[in-house]
Amino acid sequence: MKAWKKISPYFFVVPSLAIFVVFLFYPFFKTIYLSLYKTNNLGQAKLYVGLDNYREVLQSPSFHNSLKVTLIFVLIVVAVSMLMGLINALLCQKAFPGIRFFSTAYALPMSIASASAAMIFRLMLDPTVGIVNKLLGVNIAWIQDPKYALVSVALLTAWLNSGINFLYFSAGLTAIDESLYERASVDGANEWQKLFRITLPSLRPILFYTLVVNIILAFQSFGQVKILTSGGPGESTNLIVFSIYRNAFFNFRFGTAATESVILFFIIFLLTLLMFRSEKKTSIQR
Amino acid sequence: MSLSKEKSPQVLKQPASYKLPLIIVNLICGFIMLFPLLYAVSIAFMPSSELFNMDLNLLPHNPTLENFNAALSKMPLGRFILNSFMVSLAITGGQIISCSLAAFAFSFLDFQGKDVLFMLIMATMMIPGEATIISNYLTVSAWQWLESYKVLIVPYLTSAMGIFLFRQFYQSFPRSLYEAARMDGCSNLRFIITILLPLTKPAIGAMAVYTFINAWNMFMWPLLVTSSENMRTVQIGISMLDSVDSKSLTMMIAGVVLIILPSLSIFILGQKQLIKGMFSGAVKG
Repeated sequence: MKAWKKISPYFFVVPSLAIFVVFLFYPFFKTIYLSLYKTNNLGQAKLYVGLDNYREVLQSPSFHNSLKVTLIFVLIVVAVSMLMGLINALLCQKAFPGIRFFSTAYALPMSIASASAAMIFRLMLDPTVGIVNKLLGVNIAWIQDPKYALVSVALLTAWLNSGINFLYFSAGLTAIDESLYERASVDGANEWQKLFRITLPSLRPILFYTLVVNIILAFQSFGQVKILTSGGPGESTNLIVFSIYRNAFFNFRFGTAATESVILFFIIFLLTLLMFRSEKKTSIQR
Repeated sequence: MSLSKEKSPQVLKQPASYKLPLIIVNLICGFIMLFPLLYAVSIAFMPSSELFNMDLNLLPHNPTLENFNAALSKMPLGRFILNSFMVSLAITGGQIISCSLAAFAFSFLDFQGKDVLFMLIMATMMIPGEATIISNYLTVSAWQWLESYKVLIVPYLTSAMGIFLFRQFYQSFPRSLYEAARMDGCSNLRFIITILLPLTKPAIGAMAVYTFINAWNMFMWPLLVTSSENMRTVQIGISMLDSVDSKSLTMMIAGVVLIILPSLSIFILGQKQLIKGMFSGAVKG
């Protein structure tokens, strides 16, 4: 009976733990293992090469390009997406008739799949029949022109991610003490002064957290790249995640792809650490 | 309490002239944000001949259901939708069960290595799915699991976020209630099913909405592990159709509208639950 009491708690954890071990911990270490080997095209480790894969990847112009386009992509996505979320949240800060409809509309993109959105944007950005060219009165091949392809995919992603930003900022806004605004009104502050002196500074504690979540989210974009550009034209939209996919499943260079995966993990890991540290700092300050 | 009392008269006091600009700006902003979806719906009702001209064709002149008919008859859209429903429901149900069991153990039971185990599970949130996807693919193909429902479902049967969310809810649950139930001879499993789960419905609701939408929208994994039309889920099924021909663009968009509807309606219906669940966890954590 006593032994049972000791063992029984584990039964509740085992279903989850089994999945984590088989589909997260094991593949994680296997990916690190593969990154130290040359692999055959079935993905079997054949020859131990130490850090050679890392040297190769870190020196390859293609990976440099991936890093560069991923950085630009993340910058555009995060800036535009957070700005959209912030503006929409500010628009719903005060009650007005129809606020429920609009706050649903602003949060809505979070329920849309990247693949579905990419299909819609492909039609919208079509050079001949697309509505974007017609509305703007221009003739741009948004997806086929290396100058515009990355921006196009980034703007689509910004739209997709703006829903969650709206929720984060809305939550941040409701936490602001109403009396701050009342006192400011008494002192004769106008709306702009309230925005820059009260609202935006009050959002600072959640700003960094939101920023890091956004960066991580943007790094992981895949469906829209696969559907809209497949990494092209040239390699202009070959983001790191897409390059992993391409190396593993088109070039069958599993070792190289595993190496890139480990590098991606380190980037995300550092960002997550940064997020936890900032959370601690802000809570201490408060 | 006093805060909300002060707030409501102030809202009423505001002159209508102040609200009108706010409503107008919201209408503009809302229109921009919804534009891709509104445009898709409009195109879905447009005869494909109307799409291919140089006019500014925002709305169909002769709306038709032809595109929806074609989407359902010319491609196995019904099968894709069925597959996605089965997979998403299985993942949602599975996660609710496995996460609530684990969260129960982490909040009500004492066992050796509990804290380490919990930290270990939380640490998995730092591993991006893309960093493990190659090895996972190699694993399941070695097991000959490709082209099956289980390969789409089993890897997603738990989630660290779900365990965290449930545990967060359980921690505010009065421990004395648990101890009283135990004294009366109620087993742990019965306690979970008859007391804990019914009392934590908001958490389950939030989790269900979040998980279902994510499973429905899943792209990379099903792309890798399925290739036959019979096993494809909605997102892969539709996007693989681009090889058909440009005339079927409107049909494709009609298909996209049809597959957005389930996740969209679940989001609209479950929005309140989802937000409550998301932020009660975040605030208490």
